[in-house]
Amino acid sequence: MSEPILSVRDLSVVAQVEGTTHTIVDQVSFDLQRGEILGLVGESGSGKSMTSRALIRLLQSSRLSVSGGSAILKGEDIFTFDERAMRDVRGGSIGMIFQNPSSHLDPVMSIGKQIAESIRFHKAVSRKEARGRAVEILRQVGIPDPERRYNAYAHEFSGGMRQRAMIAVALACDPDILIADEPTTALDVTVQAQILKLLTDLRDTRGVSIIFITHDLGIVSQICDRVAVMYGGRIVELGGKREVIGSGRHPYTAGLVACQPAEGHPGERVRTINGQPPRIGHMPAGCRFHPRCPRVDEWCSTVCPDLVTSGPGHQVACHHPIPHTPAEAAT
Amino acid sequence: MTLARTQTARAGFRLAFGGGPLPLYLGGAILLIWFALAVMAPLLAPYDPIFQDGTARLQPPNSVHWFGTDNFGRDILSRIVWGARIDLQIALFGVVFPFLIGTTLGSCAGYFGGWIDTVLMRIIDVVLAFPFLVLMMAIIVILKPGLSSFYVAMALVGWVSYARLVRAQILVIKSSDFVLAATSLGYSHSRIMFRHLLPNAILGSVVFSMSDAVLVLLNGAAISYLGLGVQPPTAEWGIMIAEGQSFITSAWWITTFPGIAIVTLAMGFSLLADGLGELLGVRE
Repeated sequence: MSEPILSVRDLSVVAQVEGTTHTIVDQVSFDLQRGEILGLVGESGSGKSMTSRALIRLLQSSRLSVSGGSAILKGEDIFTFDERAMRDVRGGSIGMIFQNPSSHLDPVMSIGKQIAESIRFHKAVSRKEARGRAVEILRQVGIPDPERRYNAYAHEFSGGMRQRAMIAVALACDPDILIADEPTTALDVTVQAQILKLLTDLRDTRGVSIIFITHDLGIVSQICDRVAVMYGGRIVELGGKREVIGSGRHPYTAGLVACQPAEGHPGERVRTINGQPPRIGHMPAGCRFHPRCPRVDEWCSTVCPDLVTSGPGHQVACHHPIPHTPAEAAT
Repeated sequence: MTLARTQTARAGFRLAFGGGPLPLYLGGAILLIWFALAVMAPLLAPYDPIFQDGTARLQPPNSVHWFGTDNFGRDILSRIVWGARIDLQIALFGVVFPFLIGTTLGSCAGYFGGWIDTVLMRIIDVVLAFPFLVLMMAIIVILKPGLSSFYVAMALVGWVSYARLVRAQILVIKSSDFVLAATSLGYSHSRIMFRHLLPNAILGSVVFSMSDAVLVLLNGAAISYLGLGVQPPTAEWGIMIAEGQSFITSAWWITTFPGIAIVTLAMGFSLLADGLGELLGVRE
């Protein structure tokens, strides 16, 4: 495999609340290849958004901080960058798209201007050239009549168009990586499919790598190449989409897959995972998933399992991974 | 909320060319008339505003002097038309400087918070602790009575209302998502503040500035009346009223016409503020 464009090692995020320190993201490590779509899956509060925001140091509260780890982007550890250098990374190397496009676009600046502004902020180009590029990007993200739409405002766009516009803003400076934080959650299903198509197209044409955060396994199996499943601030399983979704070895992954309403079985009750995800400040000892795990034993409640290789490009953090071959079942 | 507001704003600007709120047109028309009078004063005024005609003192309104003459034989109508220049200038500069200072400092306070916010808010408390006019007069007297001192005093005292207004707005919208998105694009603090936050926060201040113009105008007249602003013999409405007050029982026209001028101009601003507020969906 070639050199990954982004290599995250032992990323931890802590929150200081009333004198005590809570670990929200715990030693997360993953690689992102050029032109790859990596899915980051997990329940609410599993730390998936926090992980991605920590990467561009966009933690919204002063109580949150990155407490350790490294993130090597094109050979440089961006966690050692100062605020000024970080500004070039944000928007320049890593672009971000958010869940709710209506509120993440400036309501009083035209869409085209927002794109051109980003271009002009990061690159030394003339006003006219920036405008030309902005129109071109609008065309690329599939906005009809981009010349005219350049002067439109966010409220004049529909939900799907707004999401396209936000993608355009994030793409303005040709970033290497796009972080998509649940970009389709606020959209209806047909528009969702269009946006997913757009993202895969952009990957194919521009070679941009995408970190796709979602809780929808259906989307993951549609567009992702690899998947990282997060639980309680840790990655519990990481591997190719086919391996993780098709034959997940962590009981949590298997539980998530089982929770998807199956096609062709009307009337059957949708399965659930018992219990609640752990709350911050109440993390169980040992494996974070053990209170809800069907394969639990004493070991699980004392020792936290590390992420170990269980197959080609497949890693799982479990003391008792689900066996998928007879050889595995025997051990 | 901000989104809904700006949506109304956008719709409103288009509305303005069709069927906007009546006060807007009315106020705009009044201001336009005064502005035109001020600009064309040399053409419109029948007499020199400071020419003293000893043969025509204290004449009541008649066909030669429509608004009559004062105790020096100066034509009231001409003085009012020329005075519009000064009074419009007072309303303009008396608003612009406090507006600029107030919005800049207010957005800094709201955006950065912390000690900047604390210090600025305490300064504002101190300024507000003094009666407005007393503070103005003190500053003008220290500087030397005159119109420029009036502007300086206005800027030093008037910025506080704008600062408070903008700060409150910035506090509300600084945690909104589009600011986060702007940060995710690597923008600097000043860019986020002036290019993204301020345009979203400033509507309220713009509307307020219109009603503030009324107060500034009355203040200017009051300061001139007290002899601290415009100096005689310059034609200014406040001075005209001051000079005419000793004749109020014998020559009512000296004070009445400049009074009406002040009232109509103030009403123009006030109506415009009302209409603008309605149009932009801003309530004070």
